[in-house]
Amino acid sequence: MSALAITPELIAQHQLTEGEYQKITEILGREPTLTELGIFSVMWSEHCSYKSSRLHLKKLPTRSSLVLQGPGENAGVIDIGGGYAIAFKIESHNHPSFIEPFQGAATGVGGILRDIFTMGARPVAVLNSLRFGPPDDPLAGARNRRILEGVVSGIAHYGNCFGVPTVGGECLFDACYNGNPLVNVFALGIFRKDEIFLAQAAGVGNPVIYVGAKTGRDGIHGASMASAEFTEEAKQKRPNVQVGDPFLEKLLLEACLEAMRTGAIVGIQDMGAAGLTCSTCEMGSRGGVGIEIDLRHVPQRESGMTPYEIMLSESQERMLLVAEKGREEEVFAVFRKWGLDAVTVGEVTGDGLLRVKDHGTVVAEIPNRELADEAPLYDRPHTEPLRVAPIDGPAFASQDLGADLAAILASPDVASKRWIWEQYDYQVRTNTVMGPGGDAAVIRIKETGGFVAMALDGNQRWCVLSPRQGAILNVAECCRNLSVVGALPVAATNNLNFGNPERPEIMAQLVEAIEGMGEACRFFETPITGGNVSLYNETLGQGIYPTPVLGIVGLMHTPPVTIDFKAAGRTILLLGGIGEADERSFGGTQYAKAVLDGLWGVPPALDMDFEKRLQAVAREAASSGLAESAHDVSDGGLAVALAECTFGPAGIGAEIDLDSDLRPELLLFHEGPSRVVISTARPESVEELASRHGIPVLRIGRTAPDRLTITQRGAVLVDREVMQLRESWANGLTRSTGLA
Amino acid sequence: MTFGVVVFPGSNCDHDAFHAISRNLTWDGERCEAKFLWHAEESVGDADAVILPGGFSFGDYLRCGAIGKFSPVMRAVKRFADSGGLVIGICNGFQILVETGLLPGALVRNRGLRFVCKSVALRAGTQASPFTSEIEPGRTLQIPVAHGDGCYYADERTLDELEAEDRVAFRYVDNPNGSLRDIAGILNRQRNVLGMMPHPERATETLMGSTDGLAVFQSMAAAIACRTPLVR
Repeated sequence: MSALAITPELIAQHQLTEGEYQKITEILGREPTLTELGIFSVMWSEHCSYKSSRLHLKKLPTRSSLVLQGPGENAGVIDIGGGYAIAFKIESHNHPSFIEPFQGAATGVGGILRDIFTMGARPVAVLNSLRFGPPDDPLAGARNRRILEGVVSGIAHYGNCFGVPTVGGECLFDACYNGNPLVNVFALGIFRKDEIFLAQAAGVGNPVIYVGAKTGRDGIHGASMASAEFTEEAKQKRPNVQVGDPFLEKLLLEACLEAMRTGAIVGIQDMGAAGLTCSTCEMGSRGGVGIEIDLRHVPQRESGMTPYEIMLSESQERMLLVAEKGREEEVFAVFRKWGLDAVTVGEVTGDGLLRVKDHGTVVAEIPNRELADEAPLYDRPHTEPLRVAPIDGPAFASQDLGADLAAILASPDVASKRWIWEQYDYQVRTNTVMGPGGDAAVIRIKETGGFVAMALDGNQRWCVLSPRQGAILNVAECCRNLSVVGALPVAATNNLNFGNPERPEIMAQLVEAIEGMGEACRFFETPITGGNVSLYNETLGQGIYPTPVLGIVGLMHTPPVTIDFKAAGRTILLLGGIGEADERSFGGTQYAKAVLDGLWGVPPALDMDFEKRLQAVAREAASSGLAESAHDVSDGGLAVALAECTFGPAGIGAEIDLDSDLRPELLLFHEGPSRVVISTARPESVEELASRHGIPVLRIGRTAPDRLTITQRGAVLVDREVMQLRESWANGLTRSTGLA
Repeated sequence: MTFGVVVFPGSNCDHDAFHAISRNLTWDGERCEAKFLWHAEESVGDADAVILPGGFSFGDYLRCGAIGKFSPVMRAVKRFADSGGLVIGICNGFQILVETGLLPGALVRNRGLRFVCKSVALRAGTQASPFTSEIEPGRTLQIPVAHGDGCYYADERTLDELEAEDRVAFRYVDNPNGSLRDIAGILNRQRNVLGMMPHPERATETLMGSTDGLAVFQSMAAAIACRTPLVR
């Protein structure tokens, strides 16, 4: 073994603490080699080990009658009936996307796609949740625009070429993301429920086979990079960002699915973060076996790579699989057909060790279980969540509510994201029934005749005002987005984006958000089947707002209901009523942000039981055909929701009169939950449906040609041409960004 | 009636074309059939028509379609076309056809420099072809585009020739990519090879928002039905 001395400096460079190093020597019963030190450092990084969050993640619900696979595998799996299942997960690629937006985002897509097809599922949909600094920020605007353009084109490049539709998502802007953009990518795949592949090694003597791209020096220590704050030297980390090859990934997909059909594959795992290291020891640990490999067999695209570099490389588009002994040739034949490298690099052993040889010489020998599953867990101290906003906001009075509405519609958060999603092929595979721009994305499942709906939500303004309440509201909103199109929410995945957990006030944000999310997911019966934690989203001491992003999937049997009004003369109903609001719960709204440039107070209150019943009404109104259009009231409040309903191809407007004591600004723009706008030709039937669930319904007006008019007990608040409002909304993003 | 769908490494609309033909296209009350043709095959077999589907053949890291044209199956496709067989190249398939020389001109980067995915309005430039015969004159078709390199380019003489010979199969009503003379699809001189950037296979059922693409495949089916068997 290498005789290189392990110095305290070397240990610190690997971001291992003294205590962690101590534990390593106890596990090994000796000092580690440099290669072993590297292996431990990536497996015990925050990114791979979840050492700061794992204790709290245990509080999340993970089971239901539909869950076939919960957390711990490459993706969660749920039963959708008819003999089929879907695998889905969300994952972040925040740090790489800041350093190199195009490749960072592209490889983020590549990574999550591999997680899906590793399980045997064919990816059929991708969504993304993005956060950037404001494109019109006076200081960082140019960089923010460059990151936005790079990330979007990177996602487009990878997804379009691979041939998976990018069907939806969300994109919000805030100054806290100036130095820390967030790129969270969700992917979903379909397969037969009796053909699920797991990332487990088994069968002593079975060959361990490496397939896909050759190993290079790219991405070494990517996982560790994603586990530290950024400093001025961030640019020097560029070589840590991997380069994606979507064509190779497409070949890998087809070859893996074909190879799985041979029946010769025992277990399979992609090489993502921590590459060969992670895939070997995790497969060994899950199967309770050892794995021995010799690096001389690993296909390499650079000469002179050391064992350390080969084990830590994060070169993309690689997979590790265990095949049945004697059936290797069946597997190789498939990979040959697709022109891919497939070589036996080692075998499964009975000793529980990860043994790495280099031309026969042992360079690392570590117990798999201790390496993969026994990283130190930290119960990091947490106090009160960091509070950055005052409780009370400024006094305000609108001069022109119509102009305020137009300003909110034109603000980057609310404005149409068409500039983004038109760059994505959202139709390939011809399953997209409802693409980007809807409350949820919906694909049909050709194999079963059913539909799967998906939505991502993560309102960071709520979460910074109260991580717990914000997380609860996010779950409710995400479920509502599914319910309004007609789907029943059934399972979730989460991406927890936070700052530095070593700061107690940040750790408190994480803990409270997880607890809130757990409470709400339990209540709404959407267990979390997997996900990702991204910590240390801080640059130069400036952290992001707590941004827990939820991805929830729902099932339905009828085509979805869309947002836009379809015809004039229909009754417009507000399910759930006007809701409650006061100045303090108004500080997180888009009105406070876009019109008043402020943030204060607390998130709105939520009655979860009421919300659940409201969603049942919305879902039934949609699936029974009673609702001709449906839209949940969220960012920008009721006025924005109504305006968005008028932006359909028919250009139908509305005449609305609201009977309320609220002051007009709150009435139009408060963002209280549990409200849905629908248009219908049969209002009595909807009212009857709602009363069965004990949900109030208000008849607030009728659809009408060309204008949106909103009055309060007859007094005009807003009276604008639909075309004019639509123009503000349609061009808001490009106007504020200077993007053409 | 069987449509052969070529699969290049990197094709990703192959399954969509297969689905559109085998599930949504009928002729004379009977469902049409589709079968995949792997790019390494030397023959198109018993196919009555060939579809070169969309995607990114061989990654399209060089010019789009520049590697795809070297696949063995393209020799078979050329023989098939030379003997009068119907060949439709969609999106990447169109790019491969121009690279192969079966169609004139080139497809270059979109004028806006970005990938664009949206439904566009098309008009058939001629009814006199086995791909457009079922499209009533003046009808507007709503069919999606999804491409980064879809700007049709050719020199003036070629463009004049295409128009003079009535070989512009489709034009954009609202040009999404800067194509010269709004050209969305063209025919070869023998009128049995069509290349088009829009995706008719994505518009073959109401659930997907449009059935206008069916007219293209129905025209092909009509042409196949009323023709004597090809000599191969």
